[in-house]
Amino acid sequence: MHPGVAVTGEPLSVEVWRGAATGRFQTFRVARSANQTVLDVVTSIQREQDATLAYRFACRVGMCGSCAMTVNGRPRWTCRTRVAAALGSATALRLEPLRNFTVVRDLAVDMREFFDKWHAAKGHFEPGAQPAEDFAVVPPASPRRQAADAGIECIGCGICHSACDVVAWNPDYLGPAALNRAWTLVNDVRDRGNAARMAAVAAGSGCHLCHTHMNCTQFCPKGLAPTYAIAGLKRAMVARAVGRTR
Amino acid sequence: MTAILFLAQRLSAAVLALAVSVHLATIIYAARAGMTAADVLARTHGNRAFLIIYLVFVVAVAIHAPIGLRNVLREWTVWRGRSLDLALAAFALLLLALGLRAAVAVFVA
Repeated sequence: MHPGVAVTGEPLSVEVWRGAATGRFQTFRVARSANQTVLDVVTSIQREQDATLAYRFACRVGMCGSCAMTVNGRPRWTCRTRVAAALGSATALRLEPLRNFTVVRDLAVDMREFFDKWHAAKGHFEPGAQPAEDFAVVPPASPRRQAADAGIECIGCGICHSACDVVAWNPDYLGPAALNRAWTLVNDVRDRGNAARMAAVAAGSGCHLCHTHMNCTQFCPKGLAPTYAIAGLKRAMVARAVGRTR
Repeated sequence: MTAILFLAQRLSAAVLALAVSVHLATIIYAARAGMTAADVLARTHGNRAFLIIYLVFVVAVAIHAPIGLRNVLREWTVWRGRSLDLALAAFALLLLALGLRAAVAVFVA
């Protein structure tokens, strides 16, 4: 504990998922401190009580997207979620791995399927056969640059994927993160891969499966709106079907 | 094909919004006026406007319902592929046949 950080009140009761697909909750008691984050709590448990607890984090400042977990039933980035905010009126923390992912162990999930879907949605820049001869001039105020900007800050944390009910119902659905990434590239004027990308996102597991529940938009810690990106893909898909290509 | 089905479902929904409104208004009017079946048929007999509205209604239903049902089945069951598509194409034809029969019946009654 750092000097000057006040310890306040009763220790916090924390129920932590132990195991993988099957397992149980283990309860720990953790000292409260001012401005304590959920990641602080998990780190405290791992360092001071049970070194075998598996979880994942890197930057601790909301940039890397690796510490997402289900906190009291909601997908959250734990490094930027204060215990007080996560608790609300509850008296205990309940920490589970992200929903819609294969659990490796405890709070760590396998991200492979998630990023495989980015690949399936052609979520990478495609420069084309011939390299560009000069820098592309992309005015910041142009509509396509603005549309790309709206979704470009995704950190790949998987929270939207975990929040999405359609992914829960249909594990093949590409999901909000992959489709959001595809939409930023559809709006990248330098990209030459849109024919293949639109074919990928309009295929059987693509953007049309979205029910517009907006769970992804509700829970995105970066305040992005994958729902609108998916709506954009739906419009682009229809435009292509009637012969207007982008 | 996915894009065409997606578009067809939304366009038919727009048509249905109008057709259902006309249908409900007609039912409410007929019920509040205390009309008998004979009274209704007397008004629909030879009425081209009603025939056209209900033909459009039936076509929109035959497009919209099977696509929606296909989406529901694909989401909630493991049924996929050609057998599903053929079954729902048959369902579309059934809706179309029954609906057209009804629309023409009140026109010629």
